[in-house]
Amino acid sequence: MSTATTVLHDEHHAHYQPGIMRWLTTTNHKDIGTMYLTFALIMFMVGGAMILAVRAELFQPGLQFLKPEFFNQLIGIHALVMIFAALMPAATGFANWMLPLMIGAPDMALPRLNNWGFWLLPPAAILLTLPFTLALFGIGDGALATGWTFYAPLSVQGGIGVDFAIFAVHLLGISSVMGSINIIVTIFNMRAPGMTMMKLPLFAWGWLITAFLLIATIPVLAGAVTMLLTDRHFGTHFFNAAGGGDPILFQHLFWFFGHPEVYILLLPVWGFIPHILSAFSRKPIYGYKAQVYSFWAIGILSVVVWAHHFLTAGMPVPALLYFMYSTMSISVPLAVLFFCWIATMWKGSMSFETPMLFATGWIILFGIGGLTGLVLADVAADAQYHHTYFVVAHFHYTLFAGGMMGIMAGVYYWLPKMTGHMYNETLGKLHFWLTAIAFNITFIPQFFLGLAGMPRRIPDYALQFAEFNMISSIGAFILGLSQLIMVYNIVSCVRGGKKATDKPWEGAQGLEWTLPSPPPYHSFTEQPVVE
Amino acid sequence: MATQTQHGHYFVPNPSLYPFILSSGLLLMTSGFIFNIHHYSAGPWMMLSGFLAVLYVLFGWFDKVIGESESGMYKNWEDRSFRVGMIVFISSEVAFFSAFFGALFYLRNISVPELAHFDPSFTMYKDFLGTWPSAGPGGVVLGSEYKPPQFTPMSAWGIPALNTLILLSSGATVTWAHWGLLKNKRPQLILGLFLTVALGLTFLGLQSYEYHHAYTEMGLTLGAGAYGATFFMLTGFHGLHVTLGTIMLIVILVRSIKGHFKPDHHFGFEGVAWYWHFVDVVWLLLFVLVYWL
Repeated sequence: MSTATTVLHDEHHAHYQPGIMRWLTTTNHKDIGTMYLTFALIMFMVGGAMILAVRAELFQPGLQFLKPEFFNQLIGIHALVMIFAALMPAATGFANWMLPLMIGAPDMALPRLNNWGFWLLPPAAILLTLPFTLALFGIGDGALATGWTFYAPLSVQGGIGVDFAIFAVHLLGISSVMGSINIIVTIFNMRAPGMTMMKLPLFAWGWLITAFLLIATIPVLAGAVTMLLTDRHFGTHFFNAAGGGDPILFQHLFWFFGHPEVYILLLPVWGFIPHILSAFSRKPIYGYKAQVYSFWAIGILSVVVWAHHFLTAGMPVPALLYFMYSTMSISVPLAVLFFCWIATMWKGSMSFETPMLFATGWIILFGIGGLTGLVLADVAADAQYHHTYFVVAHFHYTLFAGGMMGIMAGVYYWLPKMTGHMYNETLGKLHFWLTAIAFNITFIPQFFLGLAGMPRRIPDYALQFAEFNMISSIGAFILGLSQLIMVYNIVSCVRGGKKATDKPWEGAQGLEWTLPSPPPYHSFTEQPVVE
Repeated sequence: MATQTQHGHYFVPNPSLYPFILSSGLLLMTSGFIFNIHHYSAGPWMMLSGFLAVLYVLFGWFDKVIGESESGMYKNWEDRSFRVGMIVFISSEVAFFSAFFGALFYLRNISVPELAHFDPSFTMYKDFLGTWPSAGPGGVVLGSEYKPPQFTPMSAWGIPALNTLILLSSGATVTWAHWGLLKNKRPQLILGLFLTVALGLTFLGLQSYEYHHAYTEMGLTLGAGAYGATFFMLTGFHGLHVTLGTIMLIVILVRSIKGHFKPDHHFGFEGVAWYWHFVDVVWLLLFVLVYWL
């Protein structure tokens, strides 16, 4: 897409403090990116362990391992951890690592703020999970047990775990807002000379719109949980009919954030997947402008469709119709993206290294997630599907396949650039096939369970659901364990391995490949000029 | 955005421990707050130590930034980063307030009228009229009996109108101070900022008097149903922002007295002025939507 004519490297060597202090105090975008990615990987394992306990409980009907209250806590914290502490930090980690390299910037625009954005995350993770430990010492009754959505009135009545989750959301929100400020400023103000907005890498475009969405919606979530806090402890009646309030108000506020959040998780992935498809098809990205406009269209539409998450809660029919049609209209720009991805590969000279395997598998699985979303948006059909396992399967196709598998594609694509070593290709491919197959074993049965009427968030179920649940649990354990291959692969790639060249993928394009692998501590002190 | 030129060197600060200390302080403050409302004795101490850590960082970090700015480390390129960053930050604040304005709209136009319009044979709220201002129909919800208090809604044409005048004037005085800075008339800058701070403090004084009056004589409390909740949360968060803005203005005033800021280099001043105007606009919306209509 763009070529660099001058790349001058840093003449003075890296300066950072020794040992742990390097990571506590760093203002370097690569160090901060590494911390984000490491944190995301750790929390991905924590969230995964939680849900494996859930799947173990659901392996058979009846209550085997978990008390129902603990089961409820695990599913809610699993979702919050996966969304806020795994997917979002992973995407932010890529942004920190790669955006300055891709747009030819010396660093992120606001480096100390950047560091603060990361260091808010571990405290938030502590707040989320601390109530589990506190309960062991007789303080409170465990973590948030309302599911990740905090629905009132259950969350108004809940125990100390709700308060911890409320403040965890506040800290995560501050972190996201700070990260977004930094990314918006970096993209607007730090581009190399000649890098106009319409020459930006798609990854930067995806993140720019993600950051706008975060700025517009995360504070609304902060407001919603603040109202929840005052309803719980300070006598307000926002969600209480006796005082003129309404529990459904909470659902409106929550999903005004919650639906854009889906695109917040996906837009960064839509940003870099075209780079991967283009690199391994050895063709330029097809329809660059169409993709940028589609990002905008989806970003704008995503903030006006929120109520499709509670179509069954009770709304006037015109509102239902509006939310149905507006939701379905998102499929138009999304279809544009799908066709651009396919056209990028069309008649390309394709090869299937691990990143490309993940990217192509991602298109198919995310496609299933998108299409089942259309089914759920249908008001008449949703009465049947709402709050069943169909919904669970749908959003795991969008968020695990569409989000996390996309992130994995990015990990394998950029790992040689970040570490300077090639990862183990055989293990990478094994990881892809195990993940893709086990993922489908886990979640295809859940579509059928949902169609048959099995409700979500229930630790026990009727006997007719037993077979599919058993298959799903087996798939989940294979899926979970096969992620250890990725962890091993990443760790051994960081520690050593075959030297990576500056541009390990012959078809790859972009400024990041003009730097050595790994890039110097300070990438560009003199900006490259883009023609 | 701006046209691209050859920028030269961008200022990347040295490693700093402030962000980490700030986050640790926030962890202590939030978890201490939770322990406090659940009556564990460690709570207040955790909050106090967290607050001290946050205070230490606020002084230390801003001191460092002001020092860097005054020693000329921020050129136009860095300056533009701060400007864009401040605009985005204020946008996020707009989104935060819109959550509460949205709640006001929903309660006033949807949930309160709806509670009065059920079929009489199916509702427990037969006598409820659903007119605004309302503290709700009362009844047993969430396990506890709630009787809506008799309260007097806050009239727009007393203290609130006066406060509108005060905040609008303060917007004018801060702009007048800015003109002084641009023309390098330091006395005008300092006097303008002094007046702005004074007006801000007056606003806060009147607002606290109004709250006291509401609680002691009008029966208007945080617990007064939909009206009380939206009234106090909206005006309360606005008051909190005015407090922060006033503190920021005091810092700017002290810096001006010390001779900081140049006519062509004063982002610190402008950032605070933008924030103050934002607080001003939120107040106008509050005055119209909460007090007046």
